[in-house]
Amino acid sequence: MGFSTTLTVNGVTRAIALDDPRVTLLDLLRERLDLTGTKKGCDRGQCGACTVMVDGRRVNSCLALALSLDGADVLTIEGVARGEALHPVQEAFIAHDGLQCGYCTPGQIMSAIGLIQEGQAGDDPERVREGMSGNLCRCGAYQGITAAVLTAQKALASASRKEVA
Amino acid sequence: MNSFDYVRPATVRDAVAAAAEPGAAYLAAGTNLLDLMKGGVSAPTRLVDVTHLRDLDRIEVLPDGGVRIGALVRNAELAHDRDFARRFPAVAEALLSGASAQLRNAATVGGNLLQRTRCAYFNDAASACNKRNPGAGCDARGGDNRLHAILGWSESCIATHPSDLCVALAALDAVVEVEGRAGRREIPLETLHRLPGDTPDRETVLEPGEMIVAVRLPAAAARFAAHARYLKVRERTSYAFAIVSAAAALRLEVDVIAEARIALGGVALKPWRAREAEQVLAGARVDASLFRRAAAAALAAAKPSGDNAYKIELAQGVVVRALTLAAAGTPERMPALPGSPFAAASGASAHG
Repeated sequence: MGFSTTLTVNGVTRAIALDDPRVTLLDLLRERLDLTGTKKGCDRGQCGACTVMVDGRRVNSCLALALSLDGADVLTIEGVARGEALHPVQEAFIAHDGLQCGYCTPGQIMSAIGLIQEGQAGDDPERVREGMSGNLCRCGAYQGITAAVLTAQKALASASRKEVA
Repeated sequence: MNSFDYVRPATVRDAVAAAAEPGAAYLAAGTNLLDLMKGGVSAPTRLVDVTHLRDLDRIEVLPDGGVRIGALVRNAELAHDRDFARRFPAVAEALLSGASAQLRNAATVGGNLLQRTRCAYFNDAASACNKRNPGAGCDARGGDNRLHAILGWSESCIATHPSDLCVALAALDAVVEVEGRAGRREIPLETLHRLPGDTPDRETVLEPGEMIVAVRLPAAAARFAAHARYLKVRERTSYAFAIVSAAAALRLEVDVIAEARIALGGVALKPWRAREAEQVLAGARVDASLFRRAAAAALAAAKPSGDNAYKIELAQGVVVRALTLAAAGTPERMPALPGSPFAAASGASAHG
């Protein structure tokens, strides 16, 4: 039996035919749309490696059925840079060594983008750590990650002030 | 994961009809259900996707001052709703003490109420579990049961209910609106979940197909806003389930407690309203020894179900601390670490 779902992924709207209702958003992105930047860590909502934005909110793509998200707008790590210009969060992760092996990094970056948009953490490192607690890093790059989020937040805030001015 | 029929009803009425069939399950965000299905713990033959139903995602203030929360409101949306968090701060703090930001962005209020226990033996399809497979036995008895129930448990099941939200809602007399084949009815949240008894497989009082459409908090629940906290002891400070938690809410007239609410989490298979403790507090003057007496009353019926006698002592400490924090006053801003015993609360000593 066939199913279909329509998703806008990184700005491109696609009608996607599915032969199986069990496909998660994560598996759809990686296995069927060749967007392998989003990583599968635990596949059970515990590690955050699969974090993407759905309708502007960061979520675990491993725990969402692709069919159920019919009509949603999805942003993945492949969609955050502007051409060759990295997203400020990507730049900050590099500047602060917010990674070692890099496997969790796409999820960390998507989660950080979500955290900054949510606007709850401010410049308090404790609130940043709490807000990033859904992303595990087995290399233990947490200090660099926290510093990167704080730096990126400042960069984004000053960029948006310039836009307003 | 087993395969299943996928249906997406257009109305609540169609959803109820589709979900009343044996083997059917409601799908909201799926943050708990898909995890259970991947582990082979849950194997519904039909998923009834309710996420596209209209009008279930609103937070409405009612004419009498109460608030009605649609079943599809996301956990994060509710916790960060300014007006809601100002009037019901213990509910917001409970929500933000649970799961991760990603899960809170997806998980719904209705789904939170109906999430399943995190008992490791329930969640391991190879273990004996009377809840999953009635009559199979309980591997948690005699197993690793440090985190299991100390109140309301039975020989057949010693699991706990994992929700933080439900604890705060139980303390504040929340009511659950349910739609079923026979129409709409209301259930006090406190009686939604069943204690295990001999039938731990029957987890709630819901009939087949009955769907939670909303949760209501009465206007009176907002009278506790100035003195309402949620405190949650976990094995790590963030992104962990409660070992023991408590929602404490006081209505103070100067330093006399006009009315008190206490509910405990992590201690039983349902959010545990401690009315005996509330009675100890009502009409009394705020005082450390009073809080200890209230805590003793709250845990008077507790008994260990395994290697967890420590939880009885711990729960009393959590009740005393939650009451102390509530008496000191709701902080103006949500603490950086919601519900954490390590968080410094403005106007309160974290070690009060």
